[in-house]
Amino acid sequence: MASKSHPYIPNSLPETKAEMMREMGIKTVEELYVDVPEKYRLKRRLNLPERLSELELKRHVERLLAKNKTCLDMPVFLGAGCWPHYVPAVVKTIVQRGELLTSYTPYQPEISQGMLQILFEYQSMICELTGMEVANCSMYDWASALGEAARMAARITRRNEVVIPKIIHPERKATLQTYAEPAGIKIRETAYKPETGQLDLEDLKNKICEKTAAVYIENPSYLGFIETNLEEIETEAHAKGALFIVGVDPTSLGVLKPPGEYGADIVVGEGQPLGNAMNYGGPLLGIFACRSDIRLVRQMPGRIIGMTTTVDSERRAFCMALQTREQHIRREKATSNICSNESLCAVAAAVYMALLGPEGFRELGETITLKATYAMRVLSEISGLRVPVFNSPHFKEFTVNFDESGLTVEKVHRELLRRGVHGGKNVSKEFPELGETALYCVTEMHSKEDIDKLAEVLGEVLGGNKGDEWKV
Amino acid sequence: MNGRFKQASWNEPIVFELGNAGRRGFVLPKVEEEIRRKAGSLDELLPAEVRRASPPRLPQLSEVEVLRHYTRLSQMNYGVDLGFYPLGSCTMKYNPKINEVLAELPGVAMVHPYQDEETVQGILEILYRLERWLAEITGMHEVCLQPAAGAHGEFLGALLMRAYHNFNGEGGKRSEIIVPDSAHGTNPASGTMAGFKIVVVPSNSEGCVDLEALKAAVSERTAGLMLTNPNTLGIFERNIEEIAETIHSAGGLLYYDGANLNAILGKIRPGDMGFDIVHINIHKTFGTPHGGGGPGAGPIGVSEKLAEFLPVPRIVYDGNRYKLDYDKPHAVGKIRSFYGNVAVLLKAYAYILSLGAEGLKETAEISVLNANYLVKKLREIPELSLPYDEKKPRKHECVFGVEKLEKQTGVSALHVAKRLLDYGFHAPTIYFPLIVKEALMIEPTESFEKETLDRFAEAMREIVKEARETPEKVLNAPENTAVPRVDEVKASHPRTMTLSWKIYQQKHDEMRKNY
Repeated sequence: MASKSHPYIPNSLPETKAEMMREMGIKTVEELYVDVPEKYRLKRRLNLPERLSELELKRHVERLLAKNKTCLDMPVFLGAGCWPHYVPAVVKTIVQRGELLTSYTPYQPEISQGMLQILFEYQSMICELTGMEVANCSMYDWASALGEAARMAARITRRNEVVIPKIIHPERKATLQTYAEPAGIKIRETAYKPETGQLDLEDLKNKICEKTAAVYIENPSYLGFIETNLEEIETEAHAKGALFIVGVDPTSLGVLKPPGEYGADIVVGEGQPLGNAMNYGGPLLGIFACRSDIRLVRQMPGRIIGMTTTVDSERRAFCMALQTREQHIRREKATSNICSNESLCAVAAAVYMALLGPEGFRELGETITLKATYAMRVLSEISGLRVPVFNSPHFKEFTVNFDESGLTVEKVHRELLRRGVHGGKNVSKEFPELGETALYCVTEMHSKEDIDKLAEVLGEVLGGNKGDEWKV
Repeated sequence: MNGRFKQASWNEPIVFELGNAGRRGFVLPKVEEEIRRKAGSLDELLPAEVRRASPPRLPQLSEVEVLRHYTRLSQMNYGVDLGFYPLGSCTMKYNPKINEVLAELPGVAMVHPYQDEETVQGILEILYRLERWLAEITGMHEVCLQPAAGAHGEFLGALLMRAYHNFNGEGGKRSEIIVPDSAHGTNPASGTMAGFKIVVVPSNSEGCVDLEALKAAVSERTAGLMLTNPNTLGIFERNIEEIAETIHSAGGLLYYDGANLNAILGKIRPGDMGFDIVHINIHKTFGTPHGGGGPGAGPIGVSEKLAEFLPVPRIVYDGNRYKLDYDKPHAVGKIRSFYGNVAVLLKAYAYILSLGAEGLKETAEISVLNANYLVKKLREIPELSLPYDEKKPRKHECVFGVEKLEKQTGVSALHVAKRLLDYGFHAPTIYFPLIVKEALMIEPTESFEKETLDRFAEAMREIVKEARETPEKVLNAPENTAVPRVDEVKASHPRTMTLSWKIYQQKHDEMRKNY
């Protein structure tokens, strides 16, 4: 080692080490490992790269990350559960405050009031956005939140089936299945109307029965259209004694009706767009909220922060509430095993929601709707494209079908990439009945120039102007 | 000494009580006229039945008010950046600042998970290498980075046990997971979530798994054993060879809870001890910040026979390009979206590079040296006891009991913990593990210098003295924190429980009506 002590390890200074060992009456640190059987002590050095100084490390990582292309290098029209949104500077400033960044779960409330109050505010603002009354302070992501919601519904209703729409994110569905299966919960899929994508209400009636613990819908749906028969779905679910679970993208809730207004019992969703970067898909922020019904609240997974007072009743204060649901108290009888969650992402979301306020959320929803609509309209003018596939209102995301062009989504994607545009997600394999279809996403991050460039390049590709063969 | 520390105590309102109608903290870019012309109005695009009728009742604050509010709140919070945080089993070590800088680079922050593999070679290379390094550090065959947290890793580990036994035609039969009574609460909870029954085995007088009890507990129903080694007492399970043999000969799998991995980095490897599955708490061992509860990351390492069951996608390298491989017919289901908490994992990659093999080994050694140095110092205080073989060296943490003090003065582990806050230290983990009465579980980590350890020991001595001379000082602690003792019972009582601002307002309206 070049220097005698490592910057991260103050007591690695040989003089300090020696002084401590002298006081302890030992000669080497090895004496502290005497109880480890000899055969398990590693006799060689770990096979890892040489250690780097901070400057070398920075250059090394920068060089590697420069190999990536980002949405600053090219317009990227991907969404599907992780979305590009602007992160205001104040959000970044707050989440980098060492007092918040380097704290643990607030087990000692007196010295952790800051984090506790912020998480209480996060919960409260999520309640306002979704129209619910209780929220927890985060799950890992939307997918695992959905899995936990299904298990919670099964515990409450003592039933073992969950009805979901056929149009759902495949990774979300796969995660739901993973969470549901060990609890003996069966998943049943409801068909959709081919013209509109809307849930087929007749089929829904057939799928709901006395075994149904919950009916789950996503709004906006995975493929970007908005469910319009919300009251009917809610009535069907509740008529048979099932809970109604709704999955949301919170950026829609400044303009779309909140689930609390159409009878949702549990709301899950993805909070990443609220002040969190995409980070190649993680960390994310699972939203989990429900009605203020003790039957529901007692079965909620995850940490919940409550408002209380100091013991002397002099001051308002905050601490974790209902801890007896949790693994560190209840162990195998806990409502969930979740311990570490995504608190700092919830802090980012709290600051983001406080910055935007009601007007900001309306503007965000409007901007996204207008820009996505503009994109749908300019793309639909290109011959060979059907945009969107479903005749329904849309938010943020929409489907583009290439069947008439005779080209595959994959081929079009390669051609776009070669021309400096990253197209949408290929959903042809996920929904073969939709033909060659991709899911495109437009947010406030996409400028008119980005969208026009996409249209221009797509026109070029579909117009048969093939140019050079694409090369790796 | 007392009185030096004083936490900020802003009388900071709830965000909903701040601001004024019409104020705002963020303005979106103007939508271009041409877009408006072509798209039409919101009323035309979104029919009334799906529209929000009234705006969400979010606070209305200017940007400066938002910044000030949250900065003030941050000052009423305590983190490792401020001082000693000996929270046992949580490994509250230094979180290098350079890693925060790296994780904000657009090359990771602005990259979408569904981008073409050609455009994400840099981040895939980082994740692939990190998997290999973690495999080397833990002595496992393959590593999966997907779990978002330690408990998420445990859940995946238990699912792997199921998949393995199912594959061998023993799925129905292997229905039990064994955990020691000193285990973290997540172990039994994770096993239950994956559909297993939990069997608890007691610890022996040395604080280790009771071998005879373990032998009596294993059967053809045993799916596996979840074990932390060193265990939650900070004691190395020296019978690990017999434990492994007992589980394996019964057809079960051995699971390593990585919460205490910091003690053995570069010294001992779970894979070499016979573990089949390992989870790693990136946010503990590899220096990524806990963020007030998360995000962390809980990668899983497995032995060769379990590799085919890891969830898709797997990151593969063909010698030229990194790819995501979805073609794994025996893989267990997805446990989340995408590939893992990448921004956190990037920090772990940087952490390992900052230390190298020698630095990681030194990390383990100094964390153990620091813990045993504190053992030495604290054993000099007669009111503190060190249950389970006082002579035996601890590893990264130690568990003291204050039962004697409690009996003599009424000052319990909770009171000691609260009083420590007044001295400017975070408290140790208390009342855990459950097998120690009035437990203080202390993990100093390698990040703190001798002077701080000495001051902590001195504070403990002072508090014991206070307990004898001015017990009310300790019983009524804390006094130097943002607020005095918080009423936690009120927070969970059905009548007073207030879980959101909306509920607070409802309760207020109710009170006004009744009045």
